[in-house]
Amino acid sequence: MDCDETQDLLHGYLDDELDVVSSRALTQHLQACPACMQAYEAQLTLRTALRTSALYCTPPPSLHKQVRAEVRRASRAETRPMWWTWGGLSVAVAMALVVLLVWGGGLEHRRAPVEAHVLQDVIAGHVRSLMANHLTDVFSGDQHTVKPWFEGHVDFAPPVPDLTAQGFPLVGGRLDYLDNRPVAALVYQRRQHVINLFVWPAPPGAARPASTVTHHGYNLVQWTTADMTYWAISTLNAQEMQTFAHGVQQHIAPL
Amino acid sequence: MPHLAAAYNLARWLTRYDQDAEDVVQEAFLRAYKFFGNFHGGDSRAWLLTIVRNTCYTWLRQNRAHELTEEFDETLHDVTRVDVNPETLLLHDAQQQLLRQALEALPVTFREVVIMRDLEGLSYKDIASVTDLPLGTVMSRLARARTRLQQYVTAHLHTEAERGL
Repeated sequence: MDCDETQDLLHGYLDDELDVVSSRALTQHLQACPACMQAYEAQLTLRTALRTSALYCTPPPSLHKQVRAEVRRASRAETRPMWWTWGGLSVAVAMALVVLLVWGGGLEHRRAPVEAHVLQDVIAGHVRSLMANHLTDVFSGDQHTVKPWFEGHVDFAPPVPDLTAQGFPLVGGRLDYLDNRPVAALVYQRRQHVINLFVWPAPPGAARPASTVTHHGYNLVQWTTADMTYWAISTLNAQEMQTFAHGVQQHIAPL
Repeated sequence: MPHLAAAYNLARWLTRYDQDAEDVVQEAFLRAYKFFGNFHGGDSRAWLLTIVRNTCYTWLRQNRAHELTEEFDETLHDVTRVDVNPETLLLHDAQQQLLRQALEALPVTFREVVIMRDLEGLSYKDIASVTDLPLGTVMSRLARARTRLQQYVTAHLHTEAERGL
């Protein structure tokens, strides 16, 4: 890969949107070319500045109410002939709100089973994190640094277990993108093995116990609690992966 | 209301004013409610943002049409290569304001991809679907927009340094 190609693909690389082959070629070029490396680092700094900035515009608290009132009004206007006898809060309004709530997240589980595609995503996420030299966005072995970092970056609060005592020191955290949504990636280490633990909110009723999979030389453990889905992946052997998963589970549901 | 924050953030960055953004978001949620039948599953955030974006564009066309025809001025700078020292970009509070100005100075069609990618965290695929652009265009707009942001910030930091600030 030459400098021109690198410049063309640099942003796809930064955003983890390249295929593995291009990504690897680009990594190699960056290691050999100080000018491109500098451009990459400058862009990385800019991106970090954008992501960690207070530039995200949050709506005023009143807007939530206004929007809800508007939607109610619209649904009333549409349905008055049928429902006006119900008075006050009509069934139609209730239905409109249910629709909005369902739409908020419940629809996810209406889709066809996505296990195979999630598995591919998890493996790709793991490989990308190692190849693109983008293992962590927040580099810290302290759960009290990593946990608050996620608050500004995902719309849920992933648990960040401290597993140092079990022999799995925390390396840091990263924002990743799996199953068509942003997810939290926690990075742990065991000897020379890196473990990615992907966490994202689960739809209601999806809870299931841990299952293990071996795929392309990776060992994966997956389980879903009442509110979160977990995928752990590493080249670590299956037995130690289970120890790891067990440690995480104990932390999130202390017995 | 699901995704209200995402809707507002995008609307605020596209219209650049609080009140305009609030109006647009209200309108967009009404449309979303009306067209809910057209939603066939998938990522509801991307679906809603598509409606927010379309509502913004309609609003801009009616109120500030010139902003939509603003072109990305290629002649000002050479955007293929920038000589930037990463350290100069380590932004702290004062420079955040600079970054805000830099973003607002981008034409809206370039600003939106940065907002969706870097503030909202959408994938290229989702951005392509929200903006109805090919993936390659999403990537090249992001590249040009981010390069321009970098130039803007660096140029202002240099000016400040010369003035001894």
